[in-house]
Amino acid sequence: MSTLLEVAGVSVSFDGFKAINNLSFEIGEAELRAIIGPNGAGKTTFMDIVTGKTRPDEGQVLWGETSTSLLRLSESQIARAGVGRKFQRPTVFEDQSVEDNLLLALKKNRSPFSVLAFKKSSKDVEAIADLADEIGLGDQLARKAGELSHGQKQWLEIGMLLAQDPQLLLVDEPAAGMTLAEREHTTDILKQAAKTRAVVVVEHDMEFVRRLDCKVTVLHEGSVLAEGSLDHVTQNQDVIDVYLGR
Amino acid sequence: MERTFLVRNPSVMVFIALLAVFTIAVTFLSEGLGTGFVSTAMVKTLGMTLCFCLIAIAMDLVWGYCGILSLGHFAFFGLGGYMIGMWLMYARTEDIVVASLAGAELPPTDSEIVDAIATQIFGVVGSDEFPWVWAFADSLLIQLILVVAVPGLLALVFGWLAFRSRVTGVYLSILTQAMTLALALYLFQNDSGLRGNNGLSGLQNIPGMADTPQAVLSVWFLWASAVALAIGYMFAAWVVSGKFGSVIRGIRDDEARVRFLGYPVEGYKLFVFTITAVMAGIAGALYYPQAGIINPAEVAPIASIYLAVWVAIGGRGRLYGAVIGAAFVSLLSTWFTGGRVPNVDLGFYTIEWVSWWQVALGVSFVLVTLFAPKGIGGLVDLFINRKTPDRHGADLGPDTGSLREKEADA
Repeated sequence: MSTLLEVAGVSVSFDGFKAINNLSFEIGEAELRAIIGPNGAGKTTFMDIVTGKTRPDEGQVLWGETSTSLLRLSESQIARAGVGRKFQRPTVFEDQSVEDNLLLALKKNRSPFSVLAFKKSSKDVEAIADLADEIGLGDQLARKAGELSHGQKQWLEIGMLLAQDPQLLLVDEPAAGMTLAEREHTTDILKQAAKTRAVVVVEHDMEFVRRLDCKVTVLHEGSVLAEGSLDHVTQNQDVIDVYLGR
Repeated sequence: MERTFLVRNPSVMVFIALLAVFTIAVTFLSEGLGTGFVSTAMVKTLGMTLCFCLIAIAMDLVWGYCGILSLGHFAFFGLGGYMIGMWLMYARTEDIVVASLAGAELPPTDSEIVDAIATQIFGVVGSDEFPWVWAFADSLLIQLILVVAVPGLLALVFGWLAFRSRVTGVYLSILTQAMTLALALYLFQNDSGLRGNNGLSGLQNIPGMADTPQAVLSVWFLWASAVALAIGYMFAAWVVSGKFGSVIRGIRDDEARVRFLGYPVEGYKLFVFTITAVMAGIAGALYYPQAGIINPAEVAPIASIYLAVWVAIGGRGRLYGAVIGAAFVSLLSTWFTGGRVPNVDLGFYTIEWVSWWQVALGVSFVLVTLFAPKGIGGLVDLFINRKTPDRHGADLGPDTGSLREKEADA
């Protein structure tokens, strides 16, 4: 399996505080990975660096077969290269309908002029309907996203990510605020997505991570503490120390 | 496609019908072509109001839909006016000069005519030759192109610099104020080439139409302004109704999210900023021949602030709101500052509306912003049964320009 994303020796500090400290991380083309770690371990900063929101002080972020550096690209260029991101708080366009939200995300030419000339084809309508069914919003297409419940917004955002059809999906705490049934459905969607692309899930909830049943990376103080199956890392003495206190 | 566009935007049909009725009615009541019930000065005022409505639509696009509070769009309006004004003044002076030299014993050479025109136009600023900016003033076609090109290019360069540095919110507003102030100060200089604080005058005299009375010309300009407004309204409605509108409303409410979807946000902002600057330039080019005079005070920072006030009072984020606001406030302003409103005698103090009108406008702006964010356009909601969402006071996005709860529709 070839490497899709390689983060090598990345460090970043904010006002002297090292949020990420010589972090190295790799993920393959079709892989599901969970990242866990205590608060302040650098999980969100890691996502910020990969998506171009934060520039690291040193290190490399290489992407795809050609190993292009993501550090020179803007956020929107990185997104177009195939990195999709779901934020911790659900961020959807609240003043727009579920359908418009999905249409915005649907993989199309993003330049202003082609968007201006864009006309929705019957194929697009179909794709949106399929996606909406998958995320359980099939009968809510005309509703404003702002009216949806918290869990529905989380799903709409996941749906938007799938519509983007990225090669790498970065998902920040997807299960927050979801009921048990909703969590199970979310797990299924993520596992399904990971069959054709790389999915990185940041999560606090160990039960949820266990259900994902995948390789786990533990972050602590901005670097990798342990990596392996969930059972393997939870038996690691360092991890126990960090999580349960010394 | 055309049908679905109109079906999705019922306001376009209603708007164009009302505009047509208005324009035809004024024509029949005008001095030039009708009963004379409406004076020529009033026809000109109405025509100029339509130009204000056009720039208000541009402002609504850039602020109400894209969330960029530009306080500099009157710079583009003024530039459009200056560009057409140069041709009007040149061609008209040429007519006069040629007529006066016709009596000379030797027929004047071309360079003598040009020199005489220059002396006529620039004598007032102590110069007798054409500055480089007047290079194409003798060509109507080129000046018409410049009406679009000069505001467009200025907006393109300014917007490119501002947006790529990620200047947003109040800082961008200040920057646009600085831009229009800098332009005004530059134009105030006598050696700016545009006659300093004298500005360009006599623009109501259309070259080659000396025999057409102003009463008739004013109706023509009313029609031209109405057509431009109708086209501007349709264009804006088309831009905001499709996926493009979806993207720019997304930028207004949550810019970062749009970026992470892969849209080049800066490109979109630049596009909207530039296209609205062009609309403003066209509005200005139609306005100043009706006003008759343009001077640097027209692009003073306050003008652009008024524009924002119009759109806010009319109702941001809906095109007809911008039109209503611009028409209502500017006509009211004309009425109040015209000196025909009776003063209010309080015994100890007399309220003179000519000066107190601005205070009243300021207060109403604050009141509308606080208590009726939907503006006058919100009254339409009473008829079409549009409701606002109940979000317990939460805005519709994290950005400063995002739609407020009471502006949104449920």
